[in-house]
Parts: sequence; structure tokens; C-alpha cells
Amino acid sequence: MPVQRIEGVHTGQTEGEAEEEARRGLMTTTLGRAVAWARKNSMWPATFGLACCAIEMMAAGAADYDLSRWGMEIFRASPRQADLMIVAGRVSQKMGPVLRQIYDQMPEPKWVISMGVCASTGGMFNNYGLIQGVDTIVPVDIYVPGCPPRPEMLMYGILRLHHKVQQEARLK
Amino acid sequence: MLPAELAERLRSRFPEPLEARGEVTVFVAPEELQQALEHLRGEEDLAFDTLSDVTATDWPGSDPRFWLAYQLRSMRYGHRLRVKVGLPDSDPRVPSVTPMYATANWLEREVFDFFGLIFDGHPDLRRIEMPDGWVGHPLRKDEPLAGVNTQYKGAFIPPPDQRGL
Repeated sequence: MPVQRIEGVHTGQTEGEAEEEARRGLMTTTLGRAVAWARKNSMWPATFGLACCAIEMMAAGAADYDLSRWGMEIFRASPRQADLMIVAGRVSQKMGPVLRQIYDQMPEPKWVISMGVCASTGGMFNNYGLIQGVDTIVPVDIYVPGCPPRPEMLMYGILRLHHKVQQEARLK
Repeated sequence: MLPAELAERLRSRFPEPLEARGEVTVFVAPEELQQALEHLRGEEDLAFDTLSDVTATDWPGSDPRFWLAYQLRSMRYGHRLRVKVGLPDSDPRVPSVTPMYATANWLEREVFDFFGLIFDGHPDLRRIEMPDGWVGHPLRKDEPLAGVNTQYKGAFIPPPDQRGL
């Protein structure tokens, strides 16, 4: 949480003072952690469903699983308003440059989740048609295995990504 | 026209029309293809006015190696016909029928993309399904079935099991 400095109040040096501040609803942190906290709690995914994984992704966003609990129910239709790309499905060789362009259009900082085995390694489609792993064209933060992964699995991946974002605590 | 009747009707123009399982097939040489299709389209009682599909098959080691198949349909009478053209391994060329059937434009591009057969006189013979810079024609039998490199803007990235991850 960002520190709110109020006139006449100093940050606690002793345990007693710290307890007193907690009672007043104050907390101290670093700026990097505060920014990371804000980032992870309103992460907006780009709408990028490619195949059957997209159905599970939609289910995760809908009422039953309710991604809005983590402030990310708005799947942005424009990559320029998104900071998370969930590659949900197999990527064909011809779709690869399109995917890369969408990734390039997303503003920094941005993260990528490779959802399902097809996006992660090509899966069962070991042939000329598909890109064998989306990590060959964009940097991937979290791989979510499964064919397709259930919404719980995707949500676990997202929570791991949140953890990662909080741990990075970087300023850019 | 019933398949048996159609086969009998075509016997005068094409040698040995094949009638099997209710489907009629005629075989023509590459250089006679355009004339043959014009004939099939122009005859009053045949009227094959629609080209439904152009496909190909690859038979490595045999001659001719490639068989092109033109699937024709008559909207007026409802009967169908398959015209097959054999092409050799070296320099497989056939005249384009795009001036005659507009649908042939993209169908021939697809066959060119996947089999590498050349359609002479085609207005725009480019790849249609695979990326523009793709090397190879993936539905040829001598192309690898699995473990294909990812071709991305000139880079060749091997499949995951060969990447040493």
C-alpha cells in the first residue's frame, strides 16, 4: 500500500508505534511494491482466443468462476489497453506474425500466459500447420498445461503470474 | 443424367470414362484440359457450369506422379463429373482454367501452395494458406509429416524435442 503521510504522524520506529499506526489504518511499503500491487490487482487481458482453450478462458471470465475477483474481468478488445496476453489455443504458422504484432502493440509492462499444450509446445499438432510453441515468437511468463486447462487451472496460472508480478516489484 | 447414362454419353468424346460407385471420371492430357472443360460446359445436354473443387494427389515413384482432379457440377441437370489430369514429377504444369471458371482462382492457388503444381496463365499464382515465405509444399509425400521447423520471418526454429530445452 502507498504510504499516506499525514501532518504530525511519523512512521513507527518501535513496535508500539507500529501497532498504533496499524490501528489507525496506516502501512509502510516501498514505491516499487506499491506499483506492483496496483499492477497485479487490475491486470487487463487482451481478447485473444484462438481455439478451444478460449472457451475455457471465457468460462473463467464468466459468472461461475468470475475473474473479476482479481480485477481482470475486462478482456480488452484493443491490445493498446491490455497488459496481459493469454494465448488461448493453437497458433498457426500464418497467425504467428499477427500474434507478434498484437504483442508489440501492447504497452509496457506486459506479460504473456501460454494457455494449453498447443500454445506451449504445439501439442498433438506436430505438423507443418502450427507453430511448435508460442515461446518461439513471444516471451512467455507462465505456461498452463492441459488440453484444454480447466478454468481453475487458468486461474492458478494467473495467480502465479500475480505472485511473479508482485515479486518483480520493478519500476519501468 | 444418371451416372451410367453420363458415362455412355461421354464415351464418344473421352476414351474410357470410368463409372464407379455412382461417380463418373474422365481422364484427359494436360494440354487438352481447357478444350475438354469448354466442351463439357458448352454441350447443351451436359452443361457443367460449376467447378466445385480442384484437388490433387501425390503418388511418389509412379508415373504420372501427380493427379489433378477437377470436380464439375451441372446446376441445370444436377449431375456431377470428375476430370482427372496426370502430371509428371519433372516440371508439373497445366493450363489454368481461371478464365473459364472464376472459382478456379483460389482453388488453383491452394493446389499450388500445397503441391507445387504450376498453373500456366493463372492471374495471381501466390500461396494462399501457408505464409508467403514458406519453403516447400507441405502436402507432397516427401515432405516431413512431423517435426517441422517453425518458419518465422526467415528464421527456422526446430520443434521442442530438438531444441535442447
